[in-house]
Amino acid sequence: MIVIALVASGIGTILPQEQYIPADAISRDPQVFYPETYGIIGKIYLQMGFHNLYSSWWYLIIIALIGVSLVICSIDRFVPLYRALKRQRAKRHASFLSRLRFYSETEVVTDDDIAVVKERLKKQRYKIKEEDGHIVAEKGRFSRWGPYVNHIGLIIILIAALLRTTSFFFIDDYVWVREGELTVVPGTDGEYYIKNEEFILDTYSSEDERFKDALAQENRIIPSNFQTNAVIYKAGESEVIGAEEELVKVDDFEISMNEPAKFGGFTLYQQGYQLNEFSKMTFKVYEMNDPEAEALGEFTIDLFDPETHYELDNGFQIEVAEFYPDYKLSEDGVRSETNNSNNPAFVFKLYSSPESEDFEISFVGDVIGSAKNLGIDPTVVDLQPMGNVVGTFAPSIDATGENQYRILIDSIDFDRKSGLSIKKDRTIPFFMVGAIIFMIGVIQGMYWQHRRIWLHPKENGLLLAGHTNKNWFGLKKDIEKALEGTSIKMVDDQNEDE
Amino acid sequence: MSSLIETSSTMLFTAFILYLVATFFFGFTIKDKNVERKQSNFAGKLAITLTIIGFIAQLTYFITRWMASGHAPVSNMFEFVTFLGMCLVFAFIIIYFIYKLSILGLFALPIAMLIIAYASMFPTDIAPLVPSLQSHWLQIHVTTVALGQGILFISFVAGLIYLIHGIDQSTRSGRTVALEAVMYTIFLAIGFIIISSVFNAMNYSATFEYRLNGKTETTEYTLPAIAAPYEGTLLTEDVMKPWFETPSWMHGADAGRKFNTVIWSFLTGSVLYGLVRLLFRKRVAAIIQLLLKNIKPDLVDEINYRSVAIGFPVFTLGGLIFAAIWAQIAWGRFWGWDPKEVWALVTWFFYAAYLHLRLSRGWHGEKSAWLAVIGFGIIMFNLIVVNLVLAGLHSYA
Repeated sequence: MIVIALVASGIGTILPQEQYIPADAISRDPQVFYPETYGIIGKIYLQMGFHNLYSSWWYLIIIALIGVSLVICSIDRFVPLYRALKRQRAKRHASFLSRLRFYSETEVVTDDDIAVVKERLKKQRYKIKEEDGHIVAEKGRFSRWGPYVNHIGLIIILIAALLRTTSFFFIDDYVWVREGELTVVPGTDGEYYIKNEEFILDTYSSEDERFKDALAQENRIIPSNFQTNAVIYKAGESEVIGAEEELVKVDDFEISMNEPAKFGGFTLYQQGYQLNEFSKMTFKVYEMNDPEAEALGEFTIDLFDPETHYELDNGFQIEVAEFYPDYKLSEDGVRSETNNSNNPAFVFKLYSSPESEDFEISFVGDVIGSAKNLGIDPTVVDLQPMGNVVGTFAPSIDATGENQYRILIDSIDFDRKSGLSIKKDRTIPFFMVGAIIFMIGVIQGMYWQHRRIWLHPKENGLLLAGHTNKNWFGLKKDIEKALEGTSIKMVDDQNEDE
Repeated sequence: MSSLIETSSTMLFTAFILYLVATFFFGFTIKDKNVERKQSNFAGKLAITLTIIGFIAQLTYFITRWMASGHAPVSNMFEFVTFLGMCLVFAFIIIYFIYKLSILGLFALPIAMLIIAYASMFPTDIAPLVPSLQSHWLQIHVTTVALGQGILFISFVAGLIYLIHGIDQSTRSGRTVALEAVMYTIFLAIGFIIISSVFNAMNYSATFEYRLNGKTETTEYTLPAIAAPYEGTLLTEDVMKPWFETPSWMHGADAGRKFNTVIWSFLTGSVLYGLVRLLFRKRVAAIIQLLLKNIKPDLVDEINYRSVAIGFPVFTLGGLIFAAIWAQIAWGRFWGWDPKEVWALVTWFFYAAYLHLRLSRGWHGEKSAWLAVIGFGIIMFNLIVVNLVLAGLHSYA
């Protein structure tokens, strides 16, 4: 059973799981990504459902079966063991002792010697039990319960894992908040609101004495911290249904990596961020062959609410023929990768008068592309201060080569967004308890051993035998110590003679 | 600042040399049956003392580097693998004082040296920490994992000794072949280290340009290119022209360079292995077997089991529990099926299975030894293949 789980888990790592499809992959749609990137192997992988292996029904069943067999095995073995140890007898049959791994027979033994050994074993914290002169000394019996304790821990963990599939116990959501924006926290049923006061991104300086070699090697900017300074509000009880809800401030938080914000059972984690989200773009129209001239007119597009037509002061009409919010040029042609305005590009139709039937086509946009060409990494550098400059480098392409007018980017407004994930996980305490119990059990079972030594007097002489579940070497040392200077023979290791 | 870093690397080098010398002294303890017991004891004492001094030197490296960088030096491949080697030495010192078995040192120290040498093939610059790694859990999680793995490595060392000693080398069998494959793998590692060091010393460099996800990237080869990147073009002049291209199904950044390194490692390792075979006209395991005449297999078997028994809880704590706690704090999910996580779980399952199998009689001795070798293989797989080939959160540098 464990082996099947092992093999299955291994298969799952050959190719990345769905949620780990890299952001720069050709497509984040698994139907496209796997076959395209990995060819035939990817196709098989997808068909077999391996890209979601760890949440597939058969994987869960294997895990559940492991849990069930754990319970059965534990009960199955626990009961007999408990009985055997409860009724542990000092007097064992000689043939039982002679079959143990550590065993010796001594012909002549004085009672004093036995008393000395007994005393020494006591000193080594062995518990002595006597029955008509037969002695059993034992130590570390509690380590025998270790396996049962750790299996109880495992069962708790498995139960917690099953509970986690229900929404009462586990909520997982994600929210993007722009700087200055107030928005409801998803997953909280409108109970909580978050306001992003400020988003901070710090990067390592390439001048830094410690890291300059590594940074020079990497040749890119590495963030040292990103954090959201946010205020969490709680929606107040509104007396009139439908009335404006009153927001009550809960607290200020500085949320960063490894420093989540906690409120009302929810936890907010800093997950990602995006600089340079385009919010507004202003364009100006010029005469084609006269770059020095004054602009003929200008228009501004609100990227969160773009219109299809814009009318310029001088009577020009601009029609937005194509709008790619997240423009990307790939081998398959032009497309918009997402619906977020990460890298807008436009195809404009310019009509020189409202009545005119003729139009000119221009392509304007791909500011991010031109920024990258200038060697700017837009994931860590704010474009805002240089937005206007970068904008002028953005292409304005005249497809026909016969255009009279030219549309250029004049200025750009950028936003910074912070990506936060919201979790509510009531199973954590269960996992914690399970893990702690498991660790106690494992340590109990592994770092202590159940050692037993029998002294079995015969008519003439003594049988001595020892048994342990692990660490025979330690038991041998214990016996050596106890026997030192007495006439009792040291036990033989019957395994080694074979 | 720079003096601290210098001290740090000197100390690491010192540790390496001390381990090397200590290995020789451990060798003296068994080399000759006619050597007086006293002499052998003296060699053993000297060897363990040198090992401890070496360990202290490496600890100094660790602390000074920590002071220089401001974070625990376990944050990239070089630092982590070096630390792993240090943990192996530490685990060996502990086990040595329990069992006083010198022969263990003769195997554990060379493996620790191999690991440290392997580590220094990675960039050794002090790298800044990305935000997700900036947490005290970095130290806690990584050090515990490495310690657990170090102790588990001792079981591999014991298992290897058991196998080399126990397997009948007079005739060829499946077992001799399998053991020889293990030896050959060790030669490949040596081959990788030697060939990388040689070309490193020569400052060899060749740059290629290739396409990755529709973008043009460059990659710098530090070994002469046998395999060029897929559809790559050589930019550097006056260097060896590549013989062929890396097949297109090998994906990812620098796939070509990695594949080329693998080829070189195989070549060098195989040549070395071939030389040894030619020189001695015996299997490598058979050569070493001659040194192991006087060991007690039962004791070795017990060390094998004992180190798993000690290492397993440490590994569980560091590799699963601490890892989960940190993941919960950083990402809000304590488990994410990241390849590294999965392989830690696989390792954990494997050693759990080992512990269960030990309960039944037939699995003692040789079978346990094989399991310990496989376990080591899984940990190494997780360290090398998962980090360098499979993508994930743990892919360093």
